[in-house]
Amino acid sequence: MTQIKKKINLRSDVMNQSTGQSWVYSDIVKDHFFNPRNLLLENPRTGEYDAVGEVGSPACGDVMKMWLKIDKPSDKIKDLKWRTFGCGSAIAATSMFSLMVTEGDGLKINQAIKIKPQDIMKRLGGLPERKIHCSVLADKAFRKAINNYFRDSGQPDRIIVESGRIIDKRLNITDKDIEEAVLEGARDLAGVQKKLKAGVGDKEAIPELEQLIRFYAEKYYGKE
Amino acid sequence: MAKSRQKNVNRVYFDNAATTPTVKEVVKEMAPYFFEIAGNPSALHLDGRKAKNALSLARQKVAKIVNADPGEIIFCGSGTESDNLAILGVARFYKSKGNYLISTNIEHHAVLNSFEHLEKKEGFKISILEVEKNGIINAEKILANIKAGTILISVMYANNEIGTIQPIRQIAKLIKKWKADNNRGPLEPPFFHTDACQAAGYLDLDVKKLGVDLMTLNGSKIYGPKGVGMLYLRRGLNLEPIVFGGGQEKGLRSGTENLAGIVGFAKALGLAQKNRKKETARLLALRDYFFKRILKNISKTFINGDLINRLPNNINVSILDIEGEAVLLYLDEAGISASTGSACDSSRLEPSHVILALGRPYEYAHGSLRFTLGKQTVKEEIDYTVRALKETVEKLRQISPLNIQIRNKQTLVGKKVFIQSGRPHWERKKLSPDP
Repeated sequence: MTQIKKKINLRSDVMNQSTGQSWVYSDIVKDHFFNPRNLLLENPRTGEYDAVGEVGSPACGDVMKMWLKIDKPSDKIKDLKWRTFGCGSAIAATSMFSLMVTEGDGLKINQAIKIKPQDIMKRLGGLPERKIHCSVLADKAFRKAINNYFRDSGQPDRIIVESGRIIDKRLNITDKDIEEAVLEGARDLAGVQKKLKAGVGDKEAIPELEQLIRFYAEKYYGKE
Repeated sequence: MAKSRQKNVNRVYFDNAATTPTVKEVVKEMAPYFFEIAGNPSALHLDGRKAKNALSLARQKVAKIVNADPGEIIFCGSGTESDNLAILGVARFYKSKGNYLISTNIEHHAVLNSFEHLEKKEGFKISILEVEKNGIINAEKILANIKAGTILISVMYANNEIGTIQPIRQIAKLIKKWKADNNRGPLEPPFFHTDACQAAGYLDLDVKKLGVDLMTLNGSKIYGPKGVGMLYLRRGLNLEPIVFGGGQEKGLRSGTENLAGIVGFAKALGLAQKNRKKETARLLALRDYFFKRILKNISKTFINGDLINRLPNNINVSILDIEGEAVLLYLDEAGISASTGSACDSSRLEPSHVILALGRPYEYAHGSLRFTLGKQTVKEEIDYTVRALKETVEKLRQISPLNIQIRNKQTLVGKKVFIQSGRPHWERKKLSPDP
C-alpha cells in the first residue's frame, strides 16, 4: 500500500483546463469589488450633476445609474459617480471605468466614449468569460448619460445613435428612447415630450410618436 | 469584515444541498475496496468472489433501508444518471403503451432536461405542471392530468433549492386509484418515479409506504462518496438501458461496478437514515432560528417556499434591491459558502426556475440566497453568518440605485421591470424559437 504523500493543491483559484484562464476574479477585480471607487453615497441635490443616465432593469438582474459633471469649455469629465444593482463584475468594471474616465484632469468626452469593455477588462486583469457581459453595463450607462448631456446642453448633433430607428430627426430620438420614456411613466405625447423633448424638434414626427406611445403603453400596461 | 477568516479559520459551509463532505466512517469502510479487494465482481476467482460478496452485501443493506428486495436495486454513477435511467428508460420501454409524461416545474434539471429531450427528439408529449405559490404541487392536479396514454409521472420528494417536501404518498394513492378505476394492473403504466436525493438524510425512504415505482438516490448529498447513484425499480417493471456493455446490474447499467463507491454509499445511507430523526430535530431548531434572525435583521426579506413542509436544513430567502452573486462574493470573503438563484451566478445566465415557479417577479430570483445546513452546523455559525449578511446587504443596498416598493408584502410597485429591451434576455430567447 503506497502512501499518498503529495498534498492536494488547495489553491482557491480555478483555471480553465484548455485556456488556462482564471475562473474567479483577479486581485484587481476583487479590490474594486470590495472597495468600489466613485460610488454615489448620498442622493444628489437638484442640478448638482450635469447629466444622469440609467440602463438595465431589475428583472434582468442589472441596473446601472451614472451621474456626470462636465466642464463645458474643455469638454472634460470632471466627476463620475455611479450606483448599481448588479453582480461582482458589474461593480468592479464600473469602479474601474469611473477611474479611467476621471484620471488626471479628466478625459475629454470624445476620448471617454472610445473606452471599450475590453479596455476596462484589460485594466482589471481580465474577467471570467461568463461574466464579461456584465461589464458592458458601465459603458452603456455612460453613453446614455452623455447623450442626455448632449440633448440638454443644446448639442443634439453630437448624440450617438447606436441602434433603433430614428423617429425625431432633429433631436435624434429613437423608438427605444420612446419605449423607455413610456416605461418610466409617460403615457401620452405630453408626457413623452416632457421626458425627451421629442416632437418639439421635429413636428412631422408627431403622428408616429403617438402611435408608438400607444403601442408601448398597451404592451406594458395593457389597454386602459 | 474579517478578511483573515478565509485563510486561517474554518469556513462556514452552508451549501450542503449542493454536496456534503464525505464522513470518515464512510471513507474507512471504502478503503479496503481500493487496496485489498481488487477483483472484478464478474470474475469467477476468489478476488472476484470477494468483490461480488461485498457488492451483494451493499445491495442487501440498501434494499433493507428502502424496504425493497435486493433485486430491485440498480447501482449507477450519480443521481443524475439514475433520474435519466428512470425517465428515458421507462419512456422508451413503454412507448407502445402511450407517450404522455408528467412532471412539475420545480424538478432538478436531471429530470426536466430528460423530459425536454424526450419531447424534442423522441416525440413524447410532456406536461410540466405548475406548483402552488408555496412550492408544493397539488396532488389533485397530477390526477387531473393523467390520460389514457400517460406512462410516467416524476415528482421529486424534496426540492433542492427551497426544500419543499412534495406529497409523494398522496400522489401515489391517487395514481393507484386512477389505475383501479381504469382497470390497469400494477405492472401497467402509468408508473411513478421520485427523485429522493435531497430527502435521503431527513425523510422516510420506505418505498412501500411511499407507494412509488421508481426512486432515485445518490451518495453525494448524504455524506457519502460522489459518483454513486441508485435506482429502485419495482419488481416486474422494465427499462430500456441507456448504457450498454457487459450486462452488469441486470443489463440495465453496464460497466464494472464502482465497488468502493457502492460500499461507501450503502454505509452513508445507513448512517443518514439511522440519524435522521435526531438530526432533523436538531436542524429544525437551527433552521427556524436562522430564518428568524434573517427576517429580524434584514428588511425587505422574503421566505421562498413553504415553511412547514420543508427540509430541516433548507433556508431560502429573497432579499430585495440587491443581486445574489454580489452577496455570495462578500460572504465568500467572510468565509461563508452559500448559493443563489440569481441569473448572474448560473452558467446559462438565467435565474432559478424554482424561485420563478413560486410566481414571484424576477427580482426575487436575482436576490435569492440559499443556505443549507449540515451535520457540522452549529448555532455560532448562524449568528456569524447573519451578521456578515447584514453588513453585506447594507453595503450593497447603499450601492444599489433600486428601492423596490412593496405592496401587500408581495407585489412590486411600478412596471420598471421592462426598461430597455422589453423582456429579459432569457425570456426572449425562450420565446423566439417556439411558435
